[in-house]
Amino acid sequence: MASALRPVWLYTPLLLLALLWEGISRAGVVSAYALPPLTNVLAAWWSLLVDPSFWPHVFASLGRGAAGLAIALVVGVVLGVSLAWSRAVNMLLGPVVQMFYPLPKSALIPLTIIWFGIGDESKIFLIFLGCLLPIATATYNGVRGVDRNLLWSAASLGAGRWSLIRDVAFMGAVPDILAGLRTALAMTFVLLVSSELLISNEGLGFLIRSYGDGSQYPQMFACSMTVMAMGFAADQAFRRLAAWLLRWRG
Amino acid sequence: MSRLRPLLSLLPVLAVFAFWEGFARAGILSDFLLPRFSVVLQRIWEDFRDGLLLEAIGQTFYRAVAGFGLAALLGVSVGVAMAGSRAARWFFEPVVSVGFPTPKIAFLPIFMLWLGLGDASKVAIAALACFFIITTNTYLGAVGVDRHFLWAARSLGASRTAVLREVILPAATPQVLTGFQIALPIALITTLVGEMIMGGGGLGGLLLDSQRFADSVGLFAGIVEIAVLGTVLIRGLALLRRLLLHWHAEARPVTS
Repeated sequence: MASALRPVWLYTPLLLLALLWEGISRAGVVSAYALPPLTNVLAAWWSLLVDPSFWPHVFASLGRGAAGLAIALVVGVVLGVSLAWSRAVNMLLGPVVQMFYPLPKSALIPLTIIWFGIGDESKIFLIFLGCLLPIATATYNGVRGVDRNLLWSAASLGAGRWSLIRDVAFMGAVPDILAGLRTALAMTFVLLVSSELLISNEGLGFLIRSYGDGSQYPQMFACSMTVMAMGFAADQAFRRLAAWLLRWRG
Repeated sequence: MSRLRPLLSLLPVLAVFAFWEGFARAGILSDFLLPRFSVVLQRIWEDFRDGLLLEAIGQTFYRAVAGFGLAALLGVSVGVAMAGSRAARWFFEPVVSVGFPTPKIAFLPIFMLWLGLGDASKVAIAALACFFIITTNTYLGAVGVDRHFLWAARSLGASRTAVLREVILPAATPQVLTGFQIALPIALITTLVGEMIMGGGGLGGLLLDSQRFADSVGLFAGIVEIAVLGTVLIRGLALLRRLLLHWHAEARPVTS
């Protein structure tokens, strides 16, 4: 019984906050205009979820995020491994990576728009740029941290150059790559929503903006909470995936 | 050689600028899509001379650092409270586990509704974006304090506040600073988005104007200016870390 109640007890604080929200809005402490009662927001959320025209926006956002992150993962891992493996690449590209690392990537939103317009390409390119360096740096650190003895043993057992890179250096760097990927996942959502809020013609950020501009605040809150739920779900899913991929570590 | 090193590390930066200039001059992309670096540099100089640049940097810096500072104050307090009190941990743990992965920028329009289009909403969204990162790192740092230090301090008669001030906070400092180092760039990213969406000046406001007037030279100038501000802030915090942790093992040269 106690164990059945445990999850309830764990999430009681969130329930209390929800009740507080409903209470101060219903009691008129703040205007229902600025903070619609939670029940109104939930009702608006439900009507969005059953509205077929809502889902294309969700899929547009998800597709952009997934595409940008996937390209960044592939290019970032290749870049990170090359930076760690080859002195020439490191000398050539290392300082460039260091130079672009501190640039707040949201500054590139207007640039991606003049390059690619307001559609999918600009968002995918922005997310790619934002995620590339966290993944490349994490991969670089991971490969650099691989135990030299493992490399020497593999080489002495006759592993070729390609096999050393793929089976030893890359595999050894997987925990670091996953850590970098988690940072990149958070960055994906931030850049996705920012660029959709700023200028777009579909997606959840676009919906938040247009409901806000149209003073349909319960719907606006519902869309913000959709993004929150997606961020939470993506992080949970990622943690499961990482734990499964790293199960061999024990 | 060691005095030449900083100069040597500047070489690739100069190479990037030279490549930019050369690539733009080659005319593969139009001047609109990629203006020459020299033209962009001239614009930055003009912005600087007119006082426009310093004003914008000042506004963005103020908003980002105010939001970051607010989050640092609240985040460190909540993180320490969570480490020290079961009740605080019970309350904040689910809040943090939901708040941490949430893209906080999705709440910007709500903040605009509540706080208007001025500084307040920009500072608030930057603070929200930083809060959970700082809280989590402080909590992990404070929970990880070696029990023996706590027992020793208590057995020597230290009060609760003395233990907090003299033992927990110094021992958690490296992890707290790590949180700061992750959060500060986030504060800058968020502030810029706020400025781009709401206007109201700052470097993000300049970018917004450049985009509206299809002024691509201004756009590139803005990006270079923002990159410089980002670099200065991040380097500044790394320097602060070295100063604050001069007593810590991580500051000692690695000997093998």
